[in-house]
Amino acid sequence: MPPFRSGLLKRKSSNKESNSSDSEKVPDQSDEGSGDEELIQGALNGEDDATDSEHEEESGAASDQEQDAVLFDDSADSTFGDDEQVDNDSEGSSDLTDSEEESGDENDGSSETDEESVDSGAESGAVQTPSGVSDASDTEKKDTKQKPRKTRQAKPKSETTEASIDRLADTIGKASVKTQPVEKKDEYESGDTSDEEDRRTTVGDVPMWWYNEYPHVGYDLDARQVLRPPQRDHIDDFLKKCEDPDFWRTVRDPNTGQDVVLSKQDLELIRRLREGHVPDPTHDEYQPWVEWFSREVLATPLRAFPEHKRSFLPSRSEQQQIGRIVHALKMGWTKTRKQLAEERRKKREKQFYNLWGSSEADPAQRGLQRHIPAPRRALPGHAESYNPPPEYLLDKQEMKEWDKLSETPWKRKYTFLPTRHSSLRAVPAYERYTRERFLRCLDLYLAPRAIKMRLTITADDLVPKLPSPRDLQPFPTTEVLQFKGHTELVRSVDFDPTGQYIVSGGDDGTVRVWECSSGRCLRTLRAGAGAGAGVARVGWAPSAALALVAAAAGRALLLLAPGAPAVAARLAERTDRLLEAAPPQHDVTVDERTSSCAQWQHVAPEQWAQGVRISIQHFKPITHLAWHARGDYVCVTLAEAASRAVVVHQLSRRRSQLPFSRNKGLVQCALFHPTRPQLFVATQRVVRVYDLVKQELVRKLLTGAQWISNMAVHPGGDNLLVSSYDRKCIWFDLELSSKPYQTLRLHGGAVRSVAFHRRYPLFASAGDDDKIVVSHGMVYNDLLQNPLLVPLKQLRAGGRRSELCVLDLRWHPAQAWLLAACADHTLRLYA
Amino acid sequence: MVSKKKKKYSSGEGAQFMTRKAALKKLQLSLKDFRRICILKGIYPREPRNRKRAQKGAGGIKTLYHTKDIKFLLHEPIIWKLRELKVYQQKIRRARAMREYKQMKKYLRDHPQINIDHIVKERYPTFVDALRDLDDCLTLCFLFSTFPSLKKVPRDQSMLCRRLTVEFMHAVIAAKALRKVFVSIKGYYYQVELEGQTITWIVPHHFSFQPQSKDEVDFKIMSTFVDFYTMMLGFVNFKLYHSLNLVYPPKLTAAFSADTDKDLIDEHVYVAERIAAMNMSLSKVAGANEAEDLPEIDIFNTEDEDPQKLEEAKLEAEKVKKLKTMFKGLKFFINREVPREPLVFIIRCFGGEVSWDRDHFVGATFDESDESIAYHIVDRPSMDKQYLSRYYVQPQWVFDSVNARTLLPINQYLMGAVLPPHLSPFVDKTKDQVYIPPEERALNDPDFKPLDGNESGTDIEEASDEDKDDEEEEDSEEDGDAEAALAKQYQQEVEEDSTSDEDDSVDPEKKKLAKEKKKAMAVTAGVPHKEHPYQKEIEDKQAFRLREKLVRKKHRNLYKSMKAGQEKRKKEIWLLRKKRRLHDEKVKEEKKVEKRKQKVQALEASA
Repeated sequence: MPPFRSGLLKRKSSNKESNSSDSEKVPDQSDEGSGDEELIQGALNGEDDATDSEHEEESGAASDQEQDAVLFDDSADSTFGDDEQVDNDSEGSSDLTDSEEESGDENDGSSETDEESVDSGAESGAVQTPSGVSDASDTEKKDTKQKPRKTRQAKPKSETTEASIDRLADTIGKASVKTQPVEKKDEYESGDTSDEEDRRTTVGDVPMWWYNEYPHVGYDLDARQVLRPPQRDHIDDFLKKCEDPDFWRTVRDPNTGQDVVLSKQDLELIRRLREGHVPDPTHDEYQPWVEWFSREVLATPLRAFPEHKRSFLPSRSEQQQIGRIVHALKMGWTKTRKQLAEERRKKREKQFYNLWGSSEADPAQRGLQRHIPAPRRALPGHAESYNPPPEYLLDKQEMKEWDKLSETPWKRKYTFLPTRHSSLRAVPAYERYTRERFLRCLDLYLAPRAIKMRLTITADDLVPKLPSPRDLQPFPTTEVLQFKGHTELVRSVDFDPTGQYIVSGGDDGTVRVWECSSGRCLRTLRAGAGAGAGVARVGWAPSAALALVAAAAGRALLLLAPGAPAVAARLAERTDRLLEAAPPQHDVTVDERTSSCAQWQHVAPEQWAQGVRISIQHFKPITHLAWHARGDYVCVTLAEAASRAVVVHQLSRRRSQLPFSRNKGLVQCALFHPTRPQLFVATQRVVRVYDLVKQELVRKLLTGAQWISNMAVHPGGDNLLVSSYDRKCIWFDLELSSKPYQTLRLHGGAVRSVAFHRRYPLFASAGDDDKIVVSHGMVYNDLLQNPLLVPLKQLRAGGRRSELCVLDLRWHPAQAWLLAACADHTLRLYA
Repeated sequence: MVSKKKKKYSSGEGAQFMTRKAALKKLQLSLKDFRRICILKGIYPREPRNRKRAQKGAGGIKTLYHTKDIKFLLHEPIIWKLRELKVYQQKIRRARAMREYKQMKKYLRDHPQINIDHIVKERYPTFVDALRDLDDCLTLCFLFSTFPSLKKVPRDQSMLCRRLTVEFMHAVIAAKALRKVFVSIKGYYYQVELEGQTITWIVPHHFSFQPQSKDEVDFKIMSTFVDFYTMMLGFVNFKLYHSLNLVYPPKLTAAFSADTDKDLIDEHVYVAERIAAMNMSLSKVAGANEAEDLPEIDIFNTEDEDPQKLEEAKLEAEKVKKLKTMFKGLKFFINREVPREPLVFIIRCFGGEVSWDRDHFVGATFDESDESIAYHIVDRPSMDKQYLSRYYVQPQWVFDSVNARTLLPINQYLMGAVLPPHLSPFVDKTKDQVYIPPEERALNDPDFKPLDGNESGTDIEEASDEDKDDEEEEDSEEDGDAEAALAKQYQQEVEEDSTSDEDDSVDPEKKKLAKEKKKAMAVTAGVPHKEHPYQKEIEDKQAFRLREKLVRKKHRNLYKSMKAGQEKRKKEIWLLRKKRRLHDEKVKEEKKVEKRKQKVQALEASA
């Protein structure tokens, strides 16, 4: 039961007992009042009540005293008054505001009874409520209004039975002292008897008009008639009104018919009620609130009445309910909150177990296709150490650079600043640690992944593995001899078949014959004197039976005898004899096309004396010439001659041939196959191989070069080396394919000349850079084995003159010697 | 009838890839959820061969996923969980909006959790797979174990991280798997070898947590990673403990010591603290085999491996075996100022006994006054009370000893001494073109003399040493010392050869001729022909330069870039050498000045 309710209940009970006992009300008063003061009040109840007349309800004794005082007045009045008046007065009292007007209204009996009954009903209703007025501060105003009337109701009775009441009071006072514990017990048992408390007449619960005919109203305890107070008529009233100064405050008690003069206090009370104040003037509406029913355990109980038995006995239904819950808990059907929380915690806790088991996983488990694992972070180097070697710390200059790159930190050398700490305890936390971890997380789920093949090779692995040059000796390593004599750059050189002599031709228009071993110039022949042009090419006839040099001087192809000192006299003589007599005119007629291209001229005796044995005039300048291996044929290439660029001359029959009838491009050079009847013709970009017997194209070699400069055929005949102006040397393996077997970029400038050694597996190339490259070019007899090309040595060539350096190369027929025709007017021999 | 025209990008690379936006649409997930599931499932974008085609002709750079990966995600049950979670969040939001706080509280209390066990198994079908991918996991878990509770990082997550990392360290101790340690400015690097997999992780220094701005670090993403990583690490721990015959939720073997007679308020916490101290061994599964040392590695002569490699492997195994028991029988005491956890972890990994001040941390086993302590690790310049029976060393000695795999001489690491540089053990020495600091060279071959020698008497020697070094630098920087030495020796031999028989020169005939001539004229004392000492090398170099030109056209650019890289590295090494030399010279100069000053002072004092 909430405290305010209990308070109400208690108030009720106190009201019931208000007349009978003082001591009972002590707790009540303390209830409404504040703190210690109230308690004292309770103790000094009697005195307090004497001074304070308005505490009538709370203290029955006090009200009695007051009533006594009033009774004197009333008794005086009662001599005049009659029974009728009482009713009227009572009526007026019910409505205090217009008591005076209504006093004139005389009611008939019936109406009076009605009023009475209503009043009694009102009283019975009011009986309970006034208790609340003084008790709780927030009682309704209606209740407070009714309170004074009730008090007055009590007064007449006490007046009429002054003696008896006195006695009664005494007895009650005694009884109350005596019966206090008893009363307390059956306080609630007795039920609500509050409707009897204000009955001061002894008539019982009967209508008062029953006594209209009698002079008395009921009987007292001694069975004597209680006389009715004197009734007054209107005249009396009027007279009284005139005489009595207290008339205005005299009201009639409807129950007893007595006049009651309202005391000063009553008037004050009424006034306060009218104004809507709390009737008790001493009541402090704003007194401090005292928490009586707090959790603190008081030494003495606040409530003086015993607890009900119910509050001691456990509730059966609740017991059953609890029993059910306990059973459920026992059986595990329900769980306590703690258990639930524990369970929840357990559930939240991660449970680990042997996820992988002992068996191997099936490979189909993984759903992610072509998974690329994230690369691991790079491991730290020395620079990241807390105490790095001093060389890793940034010096001033590096610091400056570091600061300069503060806007673009990713360009810095390190992602962190190498710092040295003298001891471990001095190492602070790394500021960007969390950020770095976060970036790694971002990388893991956001960075696109792709498989990139990492090279496990080193740079040197890309360089082809070749045998060491030292194992491939001999090859020329140094310059041995310089042949000086030419006044202009030397265009072309050649060895004689034995290797003893050298022939060279240059822009100065001379063909010189040198001795190889000594470097002496044996003979100088003026070849280009007539033409006024230099000697473009020279070539010693490869046949050992002939001592003949072919020289291309301008448009003329001159076949020269190198001269007696150069060649054994017998050989020279034989050659002369061969060439002296012109062969018989062959039956085949030379067509116009050929004859206009090349004309065999008669050699004048003075020319013969100079060494010219045969002279053939061409319609265009000669750029290249090549001997057939047997020495009977010479192939000449003419410049800008379109379809007649290649001319083959046969010495034995003094005949010229034009092998091609159609222009196939700008012919650079043409060579005979060393063994087979085939002709290699190099145009600007391709090399064509023709079969001279069948007169057909055998194959077309695509060089891939922009402009072919020269070519050389391997002595075996199956390999071809092509040089080009775009710095390439292209090796063709004719057995293999018509595409290059290997393209060598060994030179920094245009390659002008290439040459194969006749005996050793060597070849050389030279051009506009001042380097002659000697390479090993091994061709195996085994068809399955590809040629082996190894660059062996770079030889320094002579000085360059106006972009030109080396113009021609020749190998010694027997030795590993190399001869170069240089632009600085010399021939150089390397060995 | 005309056949239907094939739509563009319906096959090939265009169909193979999917942009992120398309993936979101396909999966019907928000970006946040998609991110989460990508992290959990380990899905990542892929780099296409041809971006234009993969983006179906669209320009710009888009995040592209494999369509198959997204389809794989489509079947993931977690997607449904995420959707349910979304609904649940809506419920919570609604409860809050309706001011039904009780309900809201209940929802929050019963917030569903996503179980991701199967993902761990799926991503790592075998245990070894998981070990291989443990680097990031450990690094992040160790970081999170230092975190306070943050808005996006729940407290229990960091607590779990702490628990798991401690468990892992215990497993490493039990397995004696630690191989390398390194103290960097970022933290401690550890490298362990478990089941043949090397795992490296970083543990930050103390007080690593610093508040981060929102655009710098997104803790939510990291937390999602940690969600997965804790799960993975838990299972790895379980498996490791299982294979080491340890009880998995770890328990201590040793009974509680005497001072714990009084009731333990929370036994759980008590044990957890002791375990975190890492000073006691964990209890083994009953009936487990005690003697579980690895059997000797038998070396079979397989045909494919050359014997040298086998020999190396054998040596390495021997070294590792030694390393495992490096600190065995040694007692260490850790002073207060020394970071406890890394040192305890390392020392215990190699069989040492360790203790610390009783007030410093729980789990100390012996006191400072114990006479059997061999090494006292201090990190302060001096100490009041010192025991004669032990060495006072700085913590770097432990790290360096572990990396050197022997107990290093302590004279450089004594209390208050200026420490030698701490070198990284992770630098791959087998690679060429790696700068090796002189300290490391000295460590590798005892004959090597570091340039900053302490004795003044060896000044001249040092100088000569330096000269030699410089020479070496000039000619063979990219090669290791051994190669350089060999080359040098060879040169000398060549020189001797050439002096002994100089006649074997290029063209003998001419020389002979000349000699005969000379003989005919007079007899003069022969001047020994001095061949250029580097003749052979020059020749080789030339030959190589020629061969270089034969690099195939296809590889030419690659070759060039490789060469450029080599040059760059060479330059870097040169720079480091130079800096070191300058530094050493400076130090020497300072020392000289110091000595002179002392001498002067002494003279003055005597006078």
